[in-house]
Amino acid sequence: CQLFGYVGIEAVLDQMKIKTMKMGFEFNIMVVGQSGLGKSTMVNTLFKSKVSRKASQPGQEERIPKTVQLQSVTHVIEEKGVKMKLTVTDTPGFGDQINNNNCWDPIIKYINEQYERYLREEILITRKRKIPDTRVHGCVYFVPPTGHWLRPLDLEFMRRLSKIVNVVPVIAKADTLTLEERAEFKQRIQQDLKTHAISVYPQEDFDQDPDDRALNDRIR
Amino acid sequence: QNDGYRTLSLSGHVGFGSLPDQLVKKSIKQGFCFNILCIGETGSGKSTLINSLFNTNFDDPVSSHFLPSVHLRAQTYELQENNVLLKLTIVNTVGFGDQINKEDSYRPIVDYIDAQFEAYLQEELKIKRSLFSYHDTRIHVCLYFISPTGHSLKTLDLLTMKNLDSKVNIIPIIGKADSISKTELQKFKNKIMSELVSSGVQIYQFPTDDETISKINTIMNGHLPFAVVGSTEEVKIGNKMVRARQYPWGIVQVENENHCDFVKLREMLICTNMEDLREQTHARHYELYRRCRLEEMGFRDVGPENKPVSLQEAYEAKRHEFYLELQRKEEEMRQQFVQRVKEKEAILKEAEQQVHTKFEHRMLMHQEVKLKLEKKKKALEDEIAMFIEKKANAELLQSQASVSTPLVSLKRDKDRK
Repeated sequence: CQLFGYVGIEAVLDQMKIKTMKMGFEFNIMVVGQSGLGKSTMVNTLFKSKVSRKASQPGQEERIPKTVQLQSVTHVIEEKGVKMKLTVTDTPGFGDQINNNNCWDPIIKYINEQYERYLREEILITRKRKIPDTRVHGCVYFVPPTGHWLRPLDLEFMRRLSKIVNVVPVIAKADTLTLEERAEFKQRIQQDLKTHAISVYPQEDFDQDPDDRALNDRIR
Repeated sequence: QNDGYRTLSLSGHVGFGSLPDQLVKKSIKQGFCFNILCIGETGSGKSTLINSLFNTNFDDPVSSHFLPSVHLRAQTYELQENNVLLKLTIVNTVGFGDQINKEDSYRPIVDYIDAQFEAYLQEELKIKRSLFSYHDTRIHVCLYFISPTGHSLKTLDLLTMKNLDSKVNIIPIIGKADSISKTELQKFKNKIMSELVSSGVQIYQFPTDDETISKINTIMNGHLPFAVVGSTEEVKIGNKMVRARQYPWGIVQVENENHCDFVKLREMLICTNMEDLREQTHARHYELYRRCRLEEMGFRDVGPENKPVSLQEAYEAKRHEFYLELQRKEEEMRQQFVQRVKEKEAILKEAEQQVHTKFEHRMLMHQEVKLKLEKKKKALEDEIAMFIEKKANAELLQSQASVSTPLVSLKRDKDRK
């Protein structure tokens, strides 16, 4: 139908903005990678504040945990009137053992537990107006800068986790690679991912809009 | 609101301040759904008002007064303004208030609203669901058109509104308000509001918790019910064409705030509170419906020992119950079957017995008859033997006699014999 004059429908966008700003946002990310790859430093840099406590600080017992343990810290940060509850889950002990078989199991269990918690809240008869969202929104996977290919541990982990969570692979401590090495490494990683049919974020099956696809292709 | 979490201060620009914009952009792409239900008697100005509100011409055929019952007619339109796409659904009540017996007039309306909630609930309960692309048909607002009598609400109005206030956001409107004078109008409005309050009807209150809009919303709350005039014709005023109604004694301009509350309604409905209306529908009315419906189906959040029970456990319990019931019924049927088989067997056995006895009896009879016949046969055989003997004797005598006596006398003897 044709509108003959101004109605004011687009005012609903402002209403939406006000509502979301009042509600606030929740963002949960998980960082996975071997110790010493710079995970905590990167998180602190990303959010420009002391989110994670680094494991290499003096006075702290430097002990590699026997099994993978997950530690979550939650902070509230605010920018331009937008309040965000940020939860960063760290995974010390990942990939640090001699035998790393099934070291991804505690992580998968944790992610599924969060989904389970949300589902439980959702199917209650009297549910809360705003269900607290502890589901992991993104998982940043740190790849050590070997410069060669992805290791079996990396492939196994990403394969399993890309099915249940958005995985963002990241080359850690990239200042140890020259630009050409870096480009080659990236290409090899992309090839590896394609060969093993691992779909990392942004996934191709969510590309419904041509604008989205253009943006995502560039990211990929 | 912080729940005991530490607040960190940022030492630089991170960039998540654009999160609301990201959401808005996504919503623009998705498009919005807005569903309006118009309730009012035939001829109260519903279609004209909707045409005026959205500044377009929805093709709505005029309905007659002689429909046997109330039914609802829904039409969906796609409107686009700048880059915002709105899927607007207008639901009209056809034949409302026309019947002689209006006891059940509100029923079809309540049923329609419930049906939309039910459809959403079904989609939500599906295992493989697509809520993201679901076309939401739940009614977000109900514009209730009050007839401009100038006195008070009709009983039908109170009855209908009382039945709808817990299911939908109601905004009462006085239609065709150009037939009431200014002084009468204020008295009419006051009377209507006091009647609504005293009957306990909960109409939609514009939200006053957000500072940016609370002032204007409070003012608007005081202007309820809005007295509106709609028009599909345009009249030239000064050098502009405006929507207006032209009477022999003057012109009533739709968008003139001195003439009617049309602009206020449009402001409140679309510009300021559309999102809140949608949210109230989802968070309050739909949740209430969902709760009642699930409880009706037998699910509880709390088990018999007051321990929390999840929906899954309730499902399991119900399924178990059902299974036991099924087993019981199966057992019952099996017993019945065994019983019947036994009975039939007994009957057949008896019949067999009878046949057997008959058979024996007949055998006996057969034996007796056989014996008799044998005896007779024996007797006859003896007779035959005797006869042969006699014949032999006779022949012997004859052969002896033929030697000594003449043939004639033999013949005579023979004849005699």
